[in-house]
Amino acid sequence: MDFLLEIIMTPAILACLKIAVIILLFAMPLGTLLTLMERKWSAMIQDRVGPNRANIGKFTGNGLLHIAADGLKSIFKEDTIPKGANGFLYLIAPFFGLIAAVAIFAIIPIAGPIGNFTFQVTDVNPGLLFIFAITSLNVYGAVLAGTSSNSKFALLGGTRASAQMISYEVFMGLALMGIFMVYGTTRVSGIVNGQNEYWFGNLVPMWGIFTQPLGFILFFTALVAETKRAPFDAPEGESEIVAGYFLEYSGMRWSAFMLAEYVSLVGVAALMTTLFFGGYHVPWLHLWENAPQWIVTILQILKFTFFTVVFCWFQIQLRWTVPKFRFDQTMGLGWKKLLPLSLVNIIVTALVILTLA
Amino acid sequence: MTDMTTLQARTGTSSSSTDFSSSVMTIEIGPAHPAMHGIVRFTTKLDGELIVEMEPEIGYLHRGFEKESENSKWIQVIPYTDRLNYVSPLLCNIGYSMAVEKLYGIQAPRRAEFTRVIMGEISRITDHLTCVGAAAMEIGAFTFFLWFIKAREYLWELVEEMTGARLTTNWTRFGGNSMDLPDGFLSDLEDRLSKLESIMEECDKLLTRNKIFIDRVKDVGAISKEDALSYGFSGPMLRACGIPYDVRRADPYSVYDELDFEIPVGSTGDCFDRFLVRMEEIRQSTSIIKQAADKMPAGPFMTDERMLHYPDKKDVYGNIEGLIDHFKMVMEGHHPPEGEIYMPTEGGNGEFGFYLVSDGSGDPVRVRLRPPCFNFVQAMPIMTVGHYVADIVPIFGSINMIGGELDR
Repeated sequence: MDFLLEIIMTPAILACLKIAVIILLFAMPLGTLLTLMERKWSAMIQDRVGPNRANIGKFTGNGLLHIAADGLKSIFKEDTIPKGANGFLYLIAPFFGLIAAVAIFAIIPIAGPIGNFTFQVTDVNPGLLFIFAITSLNVYGAVLAGTSSNSKFALLGGTRASAQMISYEVFMGLALMGIFMVYGTTRVSGIVNGQNEYWFGNLVPMWGIFTQPLGFILFFTALVAETKRAPFDAPEGESEIVAGYFLEYSGMRWSAFMLAEYVSLVGVAALMTTLFFGGYHVPWLHLWENAPQWIVTILQILKFTFFTVVFCWFQIQLRWTVPKFRFDQTMGLGWKKLLPLSLVNIIVTALVILTLA
Repeated sequence: MTDMTTLQARTGTSSSSTDFSSSVMTIEIGPAHPAMHGIVRFTTKLDGELIVEMEPEIGYLHRGFEKESENSKWIQVIPYTDRLNYVSPLLCNIGYSMAVEKLYGIQAPRRAEFTRVIMGEISRITDHLTCVGAAAMEIGAFTFFLWFIKAREYLWELVEEMTGARLTTNWTRFGGNSMDLPDGFLSDLEDRLSKLESIMEECDKLLTRNKIFIDRVKDVGAISKEDALSYGFSGPMLRACGIPYDVRRADPYSVYDELDFEIPVGSTGDCFDRFLVRMEEIRQSTSIIKQAADKMPAGPFMTDERMLHYPDKKDVYGNIEGLIDHFKMVMEGHHPPEGEIYMPTEGGNGEFGFYLVSDGSGDPVRVRLRPPCFNFVQAMPIMTVGHYVADIVPIFGSINMIGGELDR
């Protein structure tokens, strides 16, 4: 038994286990569930019922079986490669997005550490810089899919996606500078613990949204644009370029794009929770002296999940409420409005920090 | 082989990837494309995202309506007109029947005319709801679309109550209507109109002042008054340019001159003006319906003129004149006097006119329709060139192309 525990506690094995737990039990299920939830929630907004027909006998699970039905359908669908497509690039393109979406979870802690054990795959030193590196990998998926499909609609989608994602990365980084300055670190654990401080005695937690309100809006906008969700979904451009860069895909590869979209939606929500809503820290929990560790951990996981789901819901609500930007308007918004705003945010934050110091 | 290559080049799936590098890219939008409701193809040349050239190709929904009509009896054309503008079928029924009545030189009883006004305006509202909703959906406001479809459903239930069908209405006859108002129709109408008004209010809040929506449609697809006139625009498209031309006022037919309504006009003729004009017309139509319902006179809903109106069954079985009339009407149909007329009516999209030629023989010699959206599609190039490819969607949405009336 001890021997087994020792093996499990070796860093490499432990990291693998954490990856399995966080990604397979948190990110992927939530992402998959969201494919259904988006349809159900949008149905609620639009006075519809939403999907409810997939069934085994009389059991429909109120639409829950649609997840399985969709999965089965795309597995059994033919995996087509269009004539004249660049086969290799075409085949690997869907997985860039999925890898990038999943990799975000590597640095997100979902609960506080217990002794030496952390609920985080790895707390790398560069911290959030890792996120920027990973999300820029996302661009390759769209660009490769767009250029290798040998379709003009896909090409237009690919160019739009690359331009949009590269330019939004610029100020996504700048929008987070304020957070780095306030908490004095780029490490995720440092930022999360920094948000456990309080202002005015024990009144207001020093969450990112209170210390960096403008940074919050900017970073959220940038992330939504980065994941190409509405209202920034010009690269998909449903109505004019049909589906954009993944137009030619079918079957499981198409599903990989879809899954990547939903997993990165969860990723965005988790990231927003971590950076701007105190991460796993339950506010005012420190007032409860000597609370049992296991209750604290469960509360932390619940709080983290709750805020993540709220942010997922918010993104879906956003998509079904507002129209889409045109491609050039997306770019104009990024370069002409959000970039100057994030520079202003940096300067103001720096001045405030200097005055207070 | 050459054919195959040209076909590939035309459908945008050329097998060599080198032509991606050329500065102007030809892209085929349609005929099977999500934004091309109805079926139409735009051969578009793009410089990056900018449209440098566009050529519409129509005719994918050509069913030979006009030729088919020549081989039918006059009365048999009415069901075909349902399928012209299939989002406002009653307006097409009314337009055709009024044209034949003009040929006869008769007028339907007042009760029939008022009923036609009510049903016609209901159809105009469904037409505008569909157009505005679909155009908004295509630029991302999906919720707005479904709310409008919900409102349209209320109205289509009224249409169903009146005619027994939602789309294939086949409702009017020469000299009246096939059916009178059903029991309780006017109170249902009032109820549905108040529901419509509340949805309109809700949708107005959702979209009219939405910054993203305004950015997408403002100054997009603008057309000048002069161009609009020279292309033969009519209806909301022309009114959005600032010209208050409405057949209901310019050449009053039916009982429109007894009703009080305003003609909304825009100023710049862009997609946003068209949106506002249509939204306002929905409100005006609501008020027209209310006035017509208030003024609804008692009386017959169908003329009792001989050879226009099928004789009552008691006459058919009871006396020889009735039997002969019935036989002749079934076997030979209507016999409008010899002559040719043009009868414009205000359809959902604009001037919806029938040009009819009769030689008095009982078969139409010519049934020609002036479809309003034919002119709009023709003007697509001048409205889109210089805009982004994404602008095709709101522009094409705002012209409300209906394949049925365009291709006939």
